[in-house]
Amino acid sequence: MKIAVCVKEVPDAGPNRRMDAGTKRLDRSGDRALNAYDLNAVEEALRIKEAVGDGEVVLVSMGPAKALDSIRKGLAMGADRAVLVSDEGAAGSDLVATSYILAKALEREAPQLVIFGQQSSDSDGAVMWAAVADRLGMPVISQVSELSVDGGSVTAKRQTEFGYDRISATLPAVLAVSDALNEPRYPSLKGIMGAKKKPQDVLALEDLGIEAGRAGEGGSRTTVIAVGSPPSRGDTIKIEDDGTAAQKILEFLVERKFA
Amino acid sequence: MSTLVFLEHNEGTFTKGSLGVLSKAASLDPDTAAVVIGSGVSGLAADAGRYGAARVFIADDASLGAPLPQPRVDVIASLVQAHGFDNVLFGASVLASDIAGGLSARLDAGLNWDLGDLVVDGGALVGKRAALGDTVLVDVGWTSTPRIGLVRSGSFEATERPGAGAAESVSSDVRDFSTRASYLERLQEAQIGPAIEEADILVTGGRGLGAPEGFSKLEELAAALGGAVASTRAVVDSGWYPYATQIGQTGKSVSPKLYIGAGVSGAIQHKVGMQSSQVIVAINKDANAPIFDFCDFGVVGDLNEIIPALTALVKARNT
Ligand SMILES: Cc1cc2nc3c(=O)[nH]c(=O)nc-3n(C[C@H](O)[C@H](O)[C@H](O)COP(=O)(O)OP(=O)(O)OC[C@H]3O[C@@H](n4cnc5c(N)ncnc54)[C@H](O)[C@@H]3O)c2cc1C
Ligand SMILES: Nc1ncnc2c1ncn2[C@@H]1O[C@H](COP(=O)(O)O)[C@@H](O)[C@H]1O
Repeated sequence: MKIAVCVKEVPDAGPNRRMDAGTKRLDRSGDRALNAYDLNAVEEALRIKEAVGDGEVVLVSMGPAKALDSIRKGLAMGADRAVLVSDEGAAGSDLVATSYILAKALEREAPQLVIFGQQSSDSDGAVMWAAVADRLGMPVISQVSELSVDGGSVTAKRQTEFGYDRISATLPAVLAVSDALNEPRYPSLKGIMGAKKKPQDVLALEDLGIEAGRAGEGGSRTTVIAVGSPPSRGDTIKIEDDGTAAQKILEFLVERKFA
Repeated sequence: MSTLVFLEHNEGTFTKGSLGVLSKAASLDPDTAAVVIGSGVSGLAADAGRYGAARVFIADDASLGAPLPQPRVDVIASLVQAHGFDNVLFGASVLASDIAGGLSARLDAGLNWDLGDLVVDGGALVGKRAALGDTVLVDVGWTSTPRIGLVRSGSFEATERPGAGAAESVSSDVRDFSTRASYLERLQEAQIGPAIEEADILVTGGRGLGAPEGFSKLEELAAALGGAVASTRAVVDSGWYPYATQIGQTGKSVSPKLYIGAGVSGAIQHKVGMQSSQVIVAINKDANAPIFDFCDFGVVGDLNEIIPALTALVKARNT
């Protein structure tokens, strides 16, 4: 079975996450990593491939060329190859433009399953799969916390605001997985060494037949008008545990009359 | 301007979140309509009128009974095409997000999510969105219509305001691929232990507990403090703790006097369910964990050391 996994490079956690006041875009100059939530998607694809006994796991991404550094982690985990759509003309793409570009790249691969992570840690949108599924004309199941693939269909368990649902879909299908679906494996040393040699195609928009007007800011339908600071929460006390943290928490709880 | 609001319902009642979006939309735009999609839902039209809808479009069909997104994209897309709505708004939920994403692609219409507020500026809608783990506040706009928006849960109060509520039934051709997902069942989960909404003190455990057994440490601390134990989706999805104890977007919204999070990262979808806690204490070994951005007392450290020690100290003080 051919499985495509959509993965994204994101700024690494913490202070690296900021918006550039000038471009009003995410600042991508700091440390970067593969979106942690996408590791669950890669892991699930590998498990399905292993269970089925044959097939191919292809990583599909849109981002700057240097994103390959992060994407290689998925190859080191065991994915077979990677396709990165990277083009100056794609910078600043919003959901409309990105989903169009990803769908074009996915159409070329024609996978039986397309797996997404739970959300990207820089956008927290948790919507990309629904847009891509509509463009591909495939059924979609999101927030998958249990999954079985059998023959021509998938059955999933997933949480909504009202409890758990069980949903099935015929293949080809799009899935978005919960970060609790599995425990992503650590790449082995051999995997890390081997990743560099696996096929890594970098495609321009032109290679996918995407007209300039459908990508980047021109292909986008949303805009950032202003970037500001949220109101601060006030005095936060933050300490490093030096062996006395429990005592300090107790003192805080006593001061606030909880203990 | 004209606005369409998707009203989500479960077991015959509208969700508070979607009604909140309807009241807000109606306050910004008198030409606000609602759409209700399902099976046996015609009776709900009057309720939509009470929250400000001038018109209520009802798509009532047995094939729309299951809460699946794609047939709903088909219905809403044809409504938007027929009536030319400028804005299409949703209260965030698993279903609504999947509909909004699909609709955005279908209509090549911009989608902004996680909106905490909506304003009208120069005749156009502008969204206020806290981004990057709520560390920046962004004003977002749309460069074309329809403008699709997903409102963060809990942003708008559902307030009654008179609307004509004229019901109109609609039908739509459902795309072939929209029927390729089938809803099998809703799994019921038993309610156990004290309801977390009632507790003044909540000790919340996340994946940092490492294993389901980790919860016994928290139960001991909660017992010593006179509180209850709550959880994150990650541990509920993993089967470590019951769904009834989950805080967050797809769990419960709580506002205890004291929230203690142990091994909880503080993801946005968790935060929306507990940010109105009076006092927030966090124990996390990662100094960059987002929960440190919105707690009152944060400890960077190992919960396996700190929780048992704290429990012993609280017990000693109790006696
Ligand atoms: C549509 C949607 C709806 C969602 N709804 C919800 C919801 O209702 N509720 C919810 O909670 N989530 C929800 N989520 C998921 C949410 O995005 C996060 O994935 C989830 O909250 C993470 O749970 P966690 O904090 O337990 O796990 P993680 O994010 O994995 O965090 C575990 C933390 O434990 C820390 N840790 C590890 N070991 C230790 C140790 N020994 N001592 C101290 N700290 C340690 C780590 O540093 C880490 O910060 C939703 C997501 C989506 C997409
Ligand atoms: N630029 C991208 N390239 C590849 N996959 C992406 C990209 N952006 C988002 N995704 C996928 O979509 C999921 C949800 O992203 P989002 O809707 O941005 O939260 C991520 O976990 C990825 O699987």
